[in-house]
Amino acid sequence: MSTLARPITPLEATDIRHRRITDAIIEKIIYASALVSITIIFLIFLFVGKEALPVFTSAQVHQEVTLQKMILPQNYGSPEAPVHYMWQPVSQVPKYSLMPLLLGTLKVTLMAMLFATPLSVLAAIYCTEFAPRWVREIVKPAIELLAGIPSVVLGFFALIVLASWIQKLFDFDYRLNAVNAGIALGLAVIPVMFTIMEDALTAVPRKQRDAARALGATPWQTAWQVVLPSALPGVLAGFILGFGRAMGETMIVLMASGNAAITSWSFTESVRTISATIAAELAEVVFGSPHYHVLFFLGTLLFAITFVLNWLGTRIVNRLRRQLSGAVV
Amino acid sequence: MSTSGTGATMANQFPLLKTEVKAQSASALASADAKMSVDSLDAYYGKRLAVDKVTMPFREKLITAIIGPSGCGKTTLLRTLNRMNDSIPGFRVEGKVLLDGEDIYHSKSDVISLRRRVGMVFQQPNPFPKSIFDNVAFGMRINGLVKDHSALVERVEQALRHAALWDVVKDRLQKSAMMLSGGEQQRLCIARALAVQPEVLLMDEPASALDPISTAKIEELMVELKKDYTIVIVTHNMQQAARVSDFTAFLLNGHLIECCPTPQLFTTPGDPRTEAYITGRFG
Amino acid sequence: MKLRLMDKTFVGLTGLAVLIILALLFTILGNIVANGWTRISWEFLSGNPREGMTEGGIFPAIFGTALLVLLMSIFVVPLGVLVAIYFSEYANRTSMLYRWSRSAVDNLAGVPSIVFGLFGLGFFVQWVGRGVDKVFFGGHLAFGQPALIWAALTMAVLTLPVVIVSVEEALRAVPQSFREASYALGATKSQTIFRVVLPDAVSGVLTGGILAVSRGAGEVAPILFVGAAYFLPHLPSKLNDQFMELGYHIFVLTTQSPDVEATKPLLYATVLVLLGLTFLLNVVAIVVRARLRVLSGAAR
Repeated sequence: MSTLARPITPLEATDIRHRRITDAIIEKIIYASALVSITIIFLIFLFVGKEALPVFTSAQVHQEVTLQKMILPQNYGSPEAPVHYMWQPVSQVPKYSLMPLLLGTLKVTLMAMLFATPLSVLAAIYCTEFAPRWVREIVKPAIELLAGIPSVVLGFFALIVLASWIQKLFDFDYRLNAVNAGIALGLAVIPVMFTIMEDALTAVPRKQRDAARALGATPWQTAWQVVLPSALPGVLAGFILGFGRAMGETMIVLMASGNAAITSWSFTESVRTISATIAAELAEVVFGSPHYHVLFFLGTLLFAITFVLNWLGTRIVNRLRRQLSGAVV
Repeated sequence: MSTSGTGATMANQFPLLKTEVKAQSASALASADAKMSVDSLDAYYGKRLAVDKVTMPFREKLITAIIGPSGCGKTTLLRTLNRMNDSIPGFRVEGKVLLDGEDIYHSKSDVISLRRRVGMVFQQPNPFPKSIFDNVAFGMRINGLVKDHSALVERVEQALRHAALWDVVKDRLQKSAMMLSGGEQQRLCIARALAVQPEVLLMDEPASALDPISTAKIEELMVELKKDYTIVIVTHNMQQAARVSDFTAFLLNGHLIECCPTPQLFTTPGDPRTEAYITGRFG
Repeated sequence: MKLRLMDKTFVGLTGLAVLIILALLFTILGNIVANGWTRISWEFLSGNPREGMTEGGIFPAIFGTALLVLLMSIFVVPLGVLVAIYFSEYANRTSMLYRWSRSAVDNLAGVPSIVFGLFGLGFFVQWVGRGVDKVFFGGHLAFGQPALIWAALTMAVLTLPVVIVSVEEALRAVPQSFREASYALGATKSQTIFRVVLPDAVSGVLTGGILAVSRGAGEVAPILFVGAAYFLPHLPSKLNDQFMELGYHIFVLTTQSPDVEATKPLLYATVLVLLGLTFLLNVVAIVVRARLRVLSGAAR
């Protein structure tokens, strides 16, 4: 064991104040960055909404379109064959009914959820309750892979390949329609839903499963009647967030839905969604024209709806969580 | 050394005790100055009082041990000495903690320079995931203590020698510190703390996570180090306290029951509670 | 008995769901790979498009995409790291700043991509761009139009949550004992964070950056009218140039090509390149995360 060979020479500290000032500056910068994130979201609200405002306030815009004209049935077409809802901003008589767009968005989103929800829920249940380990090791990366496919690629696939397959199977009138876009959109949304639902199912404590099995329940009964109800907040949150994602998606619907603003409930006709409308028409619109402002209005509308959905989803999850933890004493 | 019934048994249990007491007379111990001291110290976590009106000295270039059952406040007390509890929300202190006569909790007092003068070694060895050299050099770099690289290298070697680790690591200074064994990592942490040349070294159960051989090495090291540093050690291992320390303080429920020279505490404790603890009736 | 059968059926159904998803995934990938790989060659990757996009290569699109994500990373990674440091090391959970910024980042993650496009147009191009023109170019049109820099900034805003989540997770995984040891040696908070905590969390920074780049290369809607163009004679060289981009190229080629059958081979190959790129990036991110986790303090 070595003893002190050399005497200790005292060290001098540099100015401590200098270090403290640097520390304070860095802290301010970090707090400022948090402010930046808040500012960004506000700027989005502000600058998207700002260009939508003239729809409500500008007399010049009102000459062409008003809120009423967008919502209420109009008298387009001819007296013999009136068309009440039509979206055709670029024409001699500009028509701005929102109804075809809203219907289109709804149809595609519903189709996507119809396709994706059962698949996601069942797959999540399989992975958490019944699957052997090696299956889970394959599924997790596969889902991540699916999530990593850019939406433009899914849109491409739906347009070039999927539409032809669907035509062969069902022979719809239109090759590009809500079913086609809906399936592709569902594929895009499955990873989000699956991940959240799987987390929710995994979070259910083992004790509950054990208790059910001890009472003689079969694996399926355990999963369906004990685990799934317990995980309901998470599953619901997954659904709501998936719904929001589906509504906001642009590229897939832009490429695969046919882009015809038709007002009907038929799923097999071409549709136009809000997001696709913005994407398709903004490139050629005249800056500052009523059409321009209406497109920003559509963007604000879309933003508001998805914002509310996200907020709603979180709220429901929190409330159900409180209920559940309160019931399980 | 007294030879009461308990005393004889104690002395047999702690053989080192005999030699230590021979080397230092009671008056020598008493004349040592208090490098640090606490005066009527209360420490609160929110509403909970963890340290209750404790007053005791920590004598210069000697080892003071703080013993007591779990939760008695000994670690809290130790951490008030370098203000490590400052970052815990709701923690506050009443009373004084003095270093060389100055209150370290005074509003004008600088906690950064305090921590350079009062270093700490933790219970679990916690070297940074960096090289051995960078670990030891860390304190000097962040405090801006050394101007040029060769001086830095020299100081790192010095610190590693003080910690009895130089011969073990001198050929692999650039390797990761995580490659060392538990005992070596702890000595690295000691070297790291020594590198900034503190005046006081606080050790929070430094050997409790180590095997007996490493523990013995650490204890040998402590006895060597007290030649240059004031050492305060918290331990739940009474034999360790008896082996290495000059003074021992016994804490119970945040109160200081007694504090006196180590041989005296372990052979003729003044308070029945102390005797109950050291004879293992509770703890 | 009947119960057993029903039970097995339901379990089988759930397994079927997994199979369907996997089958669809591999169908898509298989179709693209099968149809695309024949056209992949060095000339394809390094040459310019010819004959109305039916021949030649897609180098300008690759170059434009690379430039876009590079520029984007310069903005998003530092900002994302700073915000993540705030969340992990500085924030007081009850403070308004924390709740609002947390909420802002969560909401940012849910904004539809087309709305980002509108934001890019309405804020960066129209407002900031026009402002820059007025102040620096005497009113001439230089930056008040679709440009590389605005597209990069728009993408940075879009991918910010991705970086923040990844970095924050890595920061939180750093053991508290490192911070304590650093403070005990007399380090300030910022010294502790930048010399001990952040270096140990570098895997999160890398992963976040790579995932952001993968998102940035794949998203098209935000850049539709903020800078991407279909055919440009030159490669972008200034910040206010327009640029060709892989995803945008695919979109236009798919929907607006006069002869889809003729462009199909090139199209498939381009899709394969984009898919391969994003796939590779994601795999690299996962590997980086796994490898560096082992070396960092979090593994203790």
